[in-house]
Amino acid sequence: MKRLSGYYIFALVTLALPVLFPDNYYVTVVGVTVCTNIVLAVSLNLLMGYAGQISLGHAAFFGLGAYFSAVLTIKYGVNPWLAMTAGAVSVAALSYVLSRPILKLKGHYLAMATLGLGIIVHILFVQADQLTGGPDGMSGLPALTVFGCAVDTDLKWYWVFAVFMLLSVLFSLNIARSRAGRALAAVHGSEIAAQMLGVDTARVKSHVFVFSAVLACVTGSLFAHQQDFVSPESFSFFFSIELVTMVVLGGLGSTFGAVVGAVLLSLLPEVLIVFEDFEVLIFGAILMVIMIFLPQGLFVALEQTFSRIINRKRREPADAAA
Amino acid sequence: MPLLEVRELEKQFGGLKAIAGLNFSVPEKIIFSVIGPNGAGKTTLFNLLTNVYRPSSGSILFQGKDITAMPSFRIAEIGITRTFQNLQVFLNMTALENVMVGCHLHSRAGLISAAVRLPSVIREEKRVRRMAMEALEFCGLLDVADMPADALPYGILKKLEIARALAARPRLLLMDEPAAGLNDTETMEMCGLITRICQSGITIILVEHNMSLVMEISHHVLVLNYGELLAQGSPYEVQHNQEVISAYLGEG
Repeated sequence: MKRLSGYYIFALVTLALPVLFPDNYYVTVVGVTVCTNIVLAVSLNLLMGYAGQISLGHAAFFGLGAYFSAVLTIKYGVNPWLAMTAGAVSVAALSYVLSRPILKLKGHYLAMATLGLGIIVHILFVQADQLTGGPDGMSGLPALTVFGCAVDTDLKWYWVFAVFMLLSVLFSLNIARSRAGRALAAVHGSEIAAQMLGVDTARVKSHVFVFSAVLACVTGSLFAHQQDFVSPESFSFFFSIELVTMVVLGGLGSTFGAVVGAVLLSLLPEVLIVFEDFEVLIFGAILMVIMIFLPQGLFVALEQTFSRIINRKRREPADAAA
Repeated sequence: MPLLEVRELEKQFGGLKAIAGLNFSVPEKIIFSVIGPNGAGKTTLFNLLTNVYRPSSGSILFQGKDITAMPSFRIAEIGITRTFQNLQVFLNMTALENVMVGCHLHSRAGLISAAVRLPSVIREEKRVRRMAMEALEFCGLLDVADMPADALPYGILKKLEIARALAARPRLLLMDEPAAGLNDTETMEMCGLITRICQSGITIILVEHNMSLVMEISHHVLVLNYGELLAQGSPYEVQHNQEVISAYLGEG
């Protein structure tokens, strides 16, 4: 299975970390944040990187998942898994209804529409304070139980997030090499040509929009339980932009690009903390330098360089023989 | 029954009549060429046939079925596909993947089943890959199968677009200037390819400016001028039609 060899290495590292360093703060605590961001970036990449449809409102679906879980479990005492499912089904329905009109738009107009969506949902979290606790948010979610075992330590949470993240990455990789993935890439490449080959482009775009929204929504539910706290701040416009940055930084259209972007953007602030006041400045400078010199994205650039070297190595013996 | 029938087709852009009261029918398994000076409405006609533009009036029948208001992807479904004058190759894929998109109508896997990669999806992938390789082979492109499309030269991309269209297994293929920008050798190859496609049982409507190519391979030629039918008939008849000669050379 050459197609997934990179994935297996990645999975091995992800699963080995907590075994090797069970008490390390960076693994168990930061690790969960990293996994969360990876799933969100990967799901956004399905829409942005594969299908070429920009979204500046991805945090909205992440937030909806979190609030569905928080409100239903805290206010109505619903079982966590049931609340999560209710959130996923509602977000699927909502994103499906929105997808057709929104995805008729292209480029800047689509960016504006998704931006609007993100802002509206954020305002809803702040203003519907009877339900959501307003700007202060709400806490006191019941513990999640997996196979009868309560997820109550950082380490256990890491396992839950790691498995969920690895599944999402696998799904994304599978989609890339499939009829559905090629249809998405075709929409990206030339919508008119895709239609001439029988691709129902409106339907394909709508499906990926829903898939990506539901993935973000479920991530939100898990995030709410893990944090045991939700507030509108986590799901603002700025977070949507951060997600877009992750996808672009790693390399649009590459699943591992999204992974690398998410890891980098999650870890960099932790590392740069030593620079104290200059943290944000250095952070911004690093992003600019990467985008100026590697506009195709960090991971994609490395991948291309690597495959060029391999191809040259392979060609050299052939040339020598000739 | 003709394969395609166009009745009183009309398309207006503002005050300009791009296509005016056009009537013609295309019998099965022939190469049917549409020629005319620049701006005669040839590409507009293709865009009307595939519903990229909605006609102002008139109707288009395919195998007796009215397809005038059908969305483009449905038109593809019932067996019409096309290539483009300005290439519309998917540059973000390899040559093989481009052609695999052509097999879209002959496969079924959706997003969810692809995500979990059901055994049926794996089987389908193998079948689609084989179909695509056949189409690449037919067009002589086997050796570039795994090359990224954006690294391929123009002449190859022209053929790739045809391979992709063939993978959809159409009954009617619309080709918009397949020889434009090709050198003499490539044009010769294109000539052979178009003839072979027709021999395999696919009807072709060809828009082309290269007159020697058109006259050599067409069974029937239709001449458009300012959106109207000027003449039609065998290549010989059209070449000796006085009106056609004056439209192309200007009135003496």
